[in-house]
Amino acid sequence: MATTVETIAEAVTPEFEHSNERLRRRRGALLALPAYLYLIIFFVIPFGIVVVYSFATRTRFGTDLSGWNLNSYRRLGDDLVRDVLFRSAWLALLTTVVCLVLAYPFSYYMATRSERTRNLMLVFVMIPFWTNFLVRTYAWRVILGTDGPYSQLTSAVGLGSGRLLFTQVAVVLGLVYGFLPFMILPLYASIERVDPRLLEASRDLYATGFGTFRRILLPLSMPGVIAGSILVFVPSLGAYVTPSILGGAKTTLLGSYIVTQFLSARDFPFGAALSFVLMIVMLSATLIYFRKGGRTL
Amino acid sequence: MSGSVVRPTGKTGRLLAANAWLVYLFFYAPIVVLVIYSFSDSRNVGVWGGFTLDWYEDFGNSRQAKGALTNSLKVAVASTVVAVVLGTMSALAIERYRFRGRAFFDALLYLPVIVPDVTMAVMLLLFFAEAASLFGFSKGFATITLSHIAFSISFVSIVVRARISGMSEQLEEAAMDLYATRRQAFRYVTLPAIMPGITGGALLAFTLSLDDVVITEFVTGPGWTTLPVFVFGLIRKGVTPLINAISVIMLIASMGLVALSLLAERARGDRGSEA
Repeated sequence: MATTVETIAEAVTPEFEHSNERLRRRRGALLALPAYLYLIIFFVIPFGIVVVYSFATRTRFGTDLSGWNLNSYRRLGDDLVRDVLFRSAWLALLTTVVCLVLAYPFSYYMATRSERTRNLMLVFVMIPFWTNFLVRTYAWRVILGTDGPYSQLTSAVGLGSGRLLFTQVAVVLGLVYGFLPFMILPLYASIERVDPRLLEASRDLYATGFGTFRRILLPLSMPGVIAGSILVFVPSLGAYVTPSILGGAKTTLLGSYIVTQFLSARDFPFGAALSFVLMIVMLSATLIYFRKGGRTL
Repeated sequence: MSGSVVRPTGKTGRLLAANAWLVYLFFYAPIVVLVIYSFSDSRNVGVWGGFTLDWYEDFGNSRQAKGALTNSLKVAVASTVVAVVLGTMSALAIERYRFRGRAFFDALLYLPVIVPDVTMAVMLLLFFAEAASLFGFSKGFATITLSHIAFSISFVSIVVRARISGMSEQLEEAAMDLYATRRQAFRYVTLPAIMPGITGGALLAFTLSLDDVVITEFVTGPGWTTLPVFVFGLIRKGVTPLINAISVIMLIASMGLVALSLLAERARGDRGSEA
């Protein structure tokens, strides 16, 4: 109905351009409205509630929202809490570096293959990316478990019955396994875009292979390196499933520490403050990425 | 046809090839091991004790596990349907129109994708706790589905946007020049052209919903559980061969969805080459 009226208006009104623009704006806003409202209700408001809770007081019966204070943030400086924060930053960093070291040569190799091979290689990277994360982490539990394949392997080569489960190594291994595709995909995308003539020119001008890598390829693929690092570092810092399946006492990451505050310690204000910190880390990482010239994640 | 970057040869080339095989071994060996041991007749999950199908039978007999699977599917279907509609509408709005608040909306749409799931879980836990104290409802199917929609909209929107941005607006204009109404132009031109994007987005939303553990665990109520949360609970109590079997079933579901998404991708590629 509205369309008919509009069509006629377009035909007879000289200023139809103007009214058409207004109509278009309204139509765009109407299309966006449901999702907009949904995200305001289920994302923006919940985020506000987290911020409010982080200034609240924990009481014997739950959380008292009336007296605002900074106690939860002050606790971030406690020795115990600081240990957890530093350790999770360290484990997340280690995970990121291991992923980078494995993924960079892999992505470069992939970018140098024929189109057919490249697509095939990409599919086999996408499969783990789509596969259930919990199941993939659990697979390592089976491998590293008592008398499992890993310990059988180590005793077969005469290293005794190796035990990795519930150590930091197991957690980093699980995180690398889980997040490696997040590193490969952006790296491949940016390496593939590098103009091969630049690398040839560098070699023609007597640069060594390593020199070409360090001074041409690496700087040009930096957006991929940064995007991949953020996509691995942030979820590693916030990891909860991996440390609770493969980790032990000394493997708490920020993510699992936050979960503990809510599901067992029932300290909502402190948990909210920790979540806020994680959110800030994520937002700063994203800002750095966009500053460095990245456009899409 | 050769690749776009200089192809390394000699020792470097061999090292790179070795690294690639190593990465694939790393990706797939654990999955293969898991599948093999799910058929192992031993109480110890990592020890081979001869072939059996007992653990799959256990799954068939476990009312809890099957109930959790049904719940997972219900949530995944419901949240995908809503997310696809809202996500596609938002993608069209952002790609095709200018309106007030567009920049903020654009940024807001990206946030659920990059926020760690623990943070999102905390946000929704506190939100539903406050909402329940105001309106009084019990947590379960509704709260889980509402939460899954909250993160799925963004993924659908991003996938559909990629498709729309590669499509010329002139197609719709041409249709309307040929006297198609706005609705007809959408139905017969826009929708078919962006359909591969919508399918891809729907499969992604469905997969993410089926995979989610953390957010679901935070917003679920007593007595209502999805398959991943049920499995996660079992793992923390102690590993059993039943978990191996359920894991393999979830693995097969994932693989099926990958296959479907590859088909959708292929359809997308074909249309791209026609245009």
